[in-house]
Amino acid sequence: MSVLALISSILAITLRAGTSLIYATVGEIYTERSGILNLGLEGMMLMGAVTAFATAFYTKSLWLALIVAVIVGGLLAALHAFLCVTMRANQVVSGLSITLFGSGLASFLGQRLGPASNNYFLVGMVGPKFTPIQIPVLSSLPVIGAFFNQDILTYLVYLLMPLAWFYLYKTRPGLSLRAVGENPQTADAMGIDVGRTRYLYTILGGMLTGLGGAHLSLAYTPGWTENLTGGRGWIVIALVIFAMWNPGRAVLGAVLFGGINAVQFRLQAAGTAIPAAFLNMLPYLTTIFVLVVMTWWEALSKRIGAPAALGKAYMREEK
Amino acid sequence: MRIVFEKRQSVSRQAILLVPVLSFLVSLVLGAILLLMSGVNPLAAYAAMARGTFGSVYSLSETLVKAIPLMLTGLGVSIAFRMQFWNIGAEGQLVLGAVAAAWAALFLHGVIPDALLLPVAILAGMLAGACWAGVPAGLKAYLGVDETLTSLMLNYVAILLASHLYYGPWRDPQGYGFPGTAQFPAAAWLPRLWGRAHWGVAFAVIAAALLWFILNRTRWGFELKIIGENKTAAHYLGINIARNVLLALLLSGALSGLAGACEVTGISRRLQQGLSVGYGYTAIIVAWMAQLNPVAVLFVAVLMGALLVGGDQVQMMMGLPASMGLVLQGMILFPMLAGSLFTEYRLRLIRREPVAKTPTATPVPTSEVQS
Repeated sequence: MSVLALISSILAITLRAGTSLIYATVGEIYTERSGILNLGLEGMMLMGAVTAFATAFYTKSLWLALIVAVIVGGLLAALHAFLCVTMRANQVVSGLSITLFGSGLASFLGQRLGPASNNYFLVGMVGPKFTPIQIPVLSSLPVIGAFFNQDILTYLVYLLMPLAWFYLYKTRPGLSLRAVGENPQTADAMGIDVGRTRYLYTILGGMLTGLGGAHLSLAYTPGWTENLTGGRGWIVIALVIFAMWNPGRAVLGAVLFGGINAVQFRLQAAGTAIPAAFLNMLPYLTTIFVLVVMTWWEALSKRIGAPAALGKAYMREEK
Repeated sequence: MRIVFEKRQSVSRQAILLVPVLSFLVSLVLGAILLLMSGVNPLAAYAAMARGTFGSVYSLSETLVKAIPLMLTGLGVSIAFRMQFWNIGAEGQLVLGAVAAAWAALFLHGVIPDALLLPVAILAGMLAGACWAGVPAGLKAYLGVDETLTSLMLNYVAILLASHLYYGPWRDPQGYGFPGTAQFPAAAWLPRLWGRAHWGVAFAVIAAALLWFILNRTRWGFELKIIGENKTAAHYLGINIARNVLLALLLSGALSGLAGACEVTGISRRLQQGLSVGYGYTAIIVAWMAQLNPVAVLFVAVLMGALLVGGDQVQMMMGLPASMGLVLQGMILFPMLAGSLFTEYRLRLIRREPVAKTPTATPVPTSEVQS
């Protein structure tokens, strides 16, 4: 295999592996920008994945499957928003319980929604899936061609990223969103409804996360298996920090992590002497490494990227 | 008419007790809806769960088998949470504790006297758990790295390491390809009480008593409480925050490591697949429901253990997925979280017109929730 072809194939896998991460990362950036930390991503992704696959399996409609995943993700996020905004619950514990509940329920549904012939299990079923669409001419270019031989959800990411960036930094609602996350008191005084904003963007984040989950079960690894996400929901939390809460940079982290997956895949195929377990540890160890470097760098440059009010409930009467 | 939250002048004792009990009931109702949608009679399912968890001496021992690791990890998590340190790495600390105990049991046999084998295996487990918790603790205390993610990422690393060992270098050559090590020598078996329930329960009770004593009767416990409640105050009191966080987390990890060591020496008597079943995550629920109170952790752990055994029961008897137990566990937390507001606030209905007339003597400000 020529070097160019190798690079091209690694890039193609990277993009496919990174798509679900980018959806969830952009979603979580918006949520955190409003001041809400959502650690429930893993559970929301799993729920999005299982419901999307079940819908596609029975209705044969991929688009309906996406809609269902978006709604399911949004509903779980709405629960998180209700607990954190209205009931002022601890955001860390609320997010963790969403993840516990979501992964438990996804596993439950995976063993109940399947056809009777398979003992109601969804595992092992084959349903419709998104297949790569080759864009004429562009897809046959060396290296860059990898960008144009992807499924439709990956193409949508190319649109989502600049839009998400533009909305956050160049529009009035984007400014309001940032204000709420930085200083809810001032935002409130400016006439922005802090609670409503937080609900809105937490739900939006959940919808995008559900979509990310759907990409896993409909395109990246079509089908449903227990713990399909393999901790991706948690990696996304690290990617948000890696992107320094800027949706424009979300692609860097996602590509880095997608890239690790791709390289690992290649190494395994080539039969290296390194046991698979150690290769599989790479994404997790890299996350820790990235966190340490980012924390150190942030402290060094005094450029704090985190929304100042992140994780804090807003109570109008208190201060 | 408006509904407003009004801050209570002191934390409501009634609410502290009432909220967990009501939450449990609400989760049963929500679970019943899910069971109905699965075409199962919820009463029959709950009856099966109750019989299978507390119905006989044997089933009680099975409940205890699941409750012991939850007690130990729950205690570990609660001490970390008390300092606002979000250690969600109990699962990895448990797994690494099990790995270290297995190493001692398998490779120190014949090297050290048999009488020492079990104590050394358990201590090795505690030490490994402490080290594994020490990584995120050290990174947080000295470099300010967010602990939620580092502790979580280390779970995956520990689980992968354990699976590498029992699939690879430590696999029992006479095991017919079964992913697991050879059985430990009998000297490394933790004695059982009855059924499969083992002496780990004694460790858990002692640990809970010890933690209660530390937190309520010692200077160190006082310092830990201050750090958890107000870091600024702790700083001005001259408390060494970094050192205390590190020490508390070493203790936290050691307890989870102990849980892992007990699992392999008391239950499976070998390191094998199925070691990591999420005790470390359930521990978070246990700690939270127990309001971080070490004694309450023991009781909540028994309840949560019962839900897990109950999940297995409905799987065996009704063909429902065992994850039903997990779903119920998750659903307990939502009403708990929502309800925790009522320990500090109370609801008031206020009519629009007589605003000036409301004769509440408390001039405590209220916050508007919805009109």
